[in-house]
Amino acid sequence: MLEGKVALVTGASRGIGRAIALELAQNGANVVVNYAGSKSRADAVVKEIEELGQKAIAIQANVSEVDNVKQLVKETTEQFGSIDILVNNAGITRDNLLMRMKESEFDDVINTNLKGVFNCIKAVTRPMMKQRGGKIINLTSVVGVSGNPGQTNYVAAKAGVIGMTKSVAKELASRHINVNAVAPGFISTDMTDELSDEAKQGMYDLIPLNRLGEVEDVARAVRFLASNDSDYITGQTIHVDGGMVM
Amino acid sequence: MAQETFDRIKEIIVERLDVDEAKVTEEASFKDDLEADSLDVVELVMELEDEFDMEISDEDAEKIQTVGDAVNYINSNQ
Repeated sequence: MLEGKVALVTGASRGIGRAIALELAQNGANVVVNYAGSKSRADAVVKEIEELGQKAIAIQANVSEVDNVKQLVKETTEQFGSIDILVNNAGITRDNLLMRMKESEFDDVINTNLKGVFNCIKAVTRPMMKQRGGKIINLTSVVGVSGNPGQTNYVAAKAGVIGMTKSVAKELASRHINVNAVAPGFISTDMTDELSDEAKQGMYDLIPLNRLGEVEDVARAVRFLASNDSDYITGQTIHVDGGMVM
Repeated sequence: MAQETFDRIKEIIVERLDVDEAKVTEEASFKDDLEADSLDVVELVMELEDEFDMEISDEDAEKIQTVGDAVNYINSNQ
């Protein structure tokens, strides 16, 4: 499905990013595993991809830093010769009630989750325009649509990503570059595993499909948007949330 | 030298924008005379960077509006 394609996945050393990197590799893509902090975890993902028979490299870069991102994209094209798929997954949270939220907490989240997406898209646009094609997939969140108390910064960034997805989709459509977003809902992670049954039931009550999502549920939606099966789809946000936000 | 630069640029423009050679004069404006949209101009600048092995900053690229602007820019920055 993705044979011969080169994918760059930001924040791919763990969680949803890791699942996406593995899913793309399983479908034939060579993958650049970007990470900000944990080299050992990124190296482990690279090893898993190599065991699947694909090429992979880990590259450290902080997506909020323009120079880091330029270097990341340069290394990607130097090592793999092209860049066909960009998955903007890297993100952080600094949750706090609005009244208590520090300026630095707001800025950090905007810089990584919103400006980071801008930086990465801008950097890959040149090689993708030259190739006359590409797929850009931005990870947003259903809270970017619904809002969420305690996450003013995160929600603002994620809503911003949805708007950016639409604008860039319009700008680059004539060059056959598709730009879409994926909005996960509640996804099962180490953090949700520790919740009490009562707290879990409270979450299920909000989800028509009555379960938490798995990271693979998100990864499969990304794989679809990265493949030629989605060539006529651009500027859209696909919710992977069990029907929580419609 | 200027003539050579002009000829190389002209060739790229004719190819990229699919326009008649005769329309590519020094005075020709990319957008008004050569029917390029803004993305075409960005792409053209990218190709010129490769062809002449140089980097054109976004600020400078914005000032390149005619074929003559491109020739002058390249001649004075090479």
